[in-house]
Amino acid sequence: MTKQAANWSPYDNNGGSCVAIAGIDYCVIAADTRMSTGYSILTREYSKICKLADQSLMASSGFQADVKALQKFLAAKHLIYQHQHNKQMSCPAMAQLLSNTLYYKRFFPYYSFNVLGGLDTEGKGCVYTYDAVGSYERVGYGCQGSGSTLIMPFLDNQLKSPSPLLLPAQDAVTPLSEVEAVDLVKTCFASATERDIYTGDKLEIVILNADGIRREYMELRKD
Amino acid sequence: MKLDLSGLESTAPHFGTSDGLSHGFPTAPSFDLPITGDFDGFQKEAIQMVKPAKGTTTLAFIFKEGVMVAADSRASMGGYISSQSVKKIIEINPHMLGTMAGGAADCQFWHRNLGIKCRLHELANKRRISVTGASKLLANILYSYRGMGLSVGTMIAGWDETGPGLYYVDSEGGRLKGTRFSVGSGSPYAYGVLDSGYRFDMSVEEAAELARRAIYHATFRDGASGGVASVYHVGPNGWTKMSGDDVGELHYKYYPVTPSTVEQEMGEVSGA
Repeated sequence: MTKQAANWSPYDNNGGSCVAIAGIDYCVIAADTRMSTGYSILTREYSKICKLADQSLMASSGFQADVKALQKFLAAKHLIYQHQHNKQMSCPAMAQLLSNTLYYKRFFPYYSFNVLGGLDTEGKGCVYTYDAVGSYERVGYGCQGSGSTLIMPFLDNQLKSPSPLLLPAQDAVTPLSEVEAVDLVKTCFASATERDIYTGDKLEIVILNADGIRREYMELRKD
Repeated sequence: MKLDLSGLESTAPHFGTSDGLSHGFPTAPSFDLPITGDFDGFQKEAIQMVKPAKGTTTLAFIFKEGVMVAADSRASMGGYISSQSVKKIIEINPHMLGTMAGGAADCQFWHRNLGIKCRLHELANKRRISVTGASKLLANILYSYRGMGLSVGTMIAGWDETGPGLYYVDSEGGRLKGTRFSVGSGSPYAYGVLDSGYRFDMSVEEAAELARRAIYHATFRDGASGGVASVYHVGPNGWTKMSGDDVGELHYKYYPVTPSTVEQEMGEVSGA
């Protein structure tokens, strides 16, 4: 076995926050564009959102080198899928592929915290949240990254819907219109930027609906 | 270091590698390992960084009418609640359930893998796998990874040709047959309720109520458990979900608010 430095440390945390909200027939997915290491800002315009397929978008925070490797792997897998099946991968299929991909690196994890958003086969909005080693769950809204502990309680307060585990089952769709959801996301990030040093500079919002993909940007504090 | 990957064999892609498209991808999935002399030290640090979800109450018991399985739904990372809606009872097939305690990803992945193996057994042998066999498949896989840091504490419950079956399986290699188990940080509290209320000849409704009450009392005393108490029953015709109740609302069922009697009416203060 090759000799290693005494303190071999392959990871860094580049910070950043990601939010995704699923609606009846749309999905909003957003992330800030700041990339940091420690107290230094590396760049103010690094997109954390990646289009994996026509109906799936992934936003990732954590270690961006690992994230890039993960995105390239999924892109390659999706290309093979298209050649073999002559269609785009559905969002639920992509969700399980991402889970398995993360778990195959169980003993040398991708240091990435992902939210996957998109439209399912029925055209309904869907959001999946992950941990770094591939445990995943379908949710109505999700949040990951350095500002998640600031944003999540706010989203719970504004959007909390009956748990999908309840029996008799209750309708659990986010009761917001697309415009309201985009506004809510903007408020979340404006607030998180005030208290999280790793979140700021610019907000990138991607909206996915039956008409296709639309992008919006909003300036955030740069200090 | 050599890793036993036979546990993954059945998940190999259906399409052969002869199409030339899969070049550069491993034909069967395999686990990447860090190139380091200190694997244990690396695992310790890496696990620290990804902070796995922990803290759970799950239980299962055999009684006259089958097996009752119940769990809470909270996932926490240290003090932060990362989810209140985790599905800790995993539906392996229509006749078998698995419960989830320990690492969420470890449990989810290996139960999914077990589901595939059980289905393949069904196709090869034209009959469903026994609970004994299924639990042993899982235990053998987990044992082959022993010492590598997997964290799984699960119960496999189901109905097979021999009747109801219940096994406890963990990532240390343990596999126990039994009639009553509880796993997770809230298990001492759940055992307290379960052991005091258990009878073999309960009806399905009584058993469901006992399971629900045990989970509720565990969520009440254990901070790492909470959310929704889900209860499943496995009978001869497979499993059914009996109930799913928010434990916040269950509290008022077990401790009803009684209007307190007013001891003295408030009156005007005279001559102020």
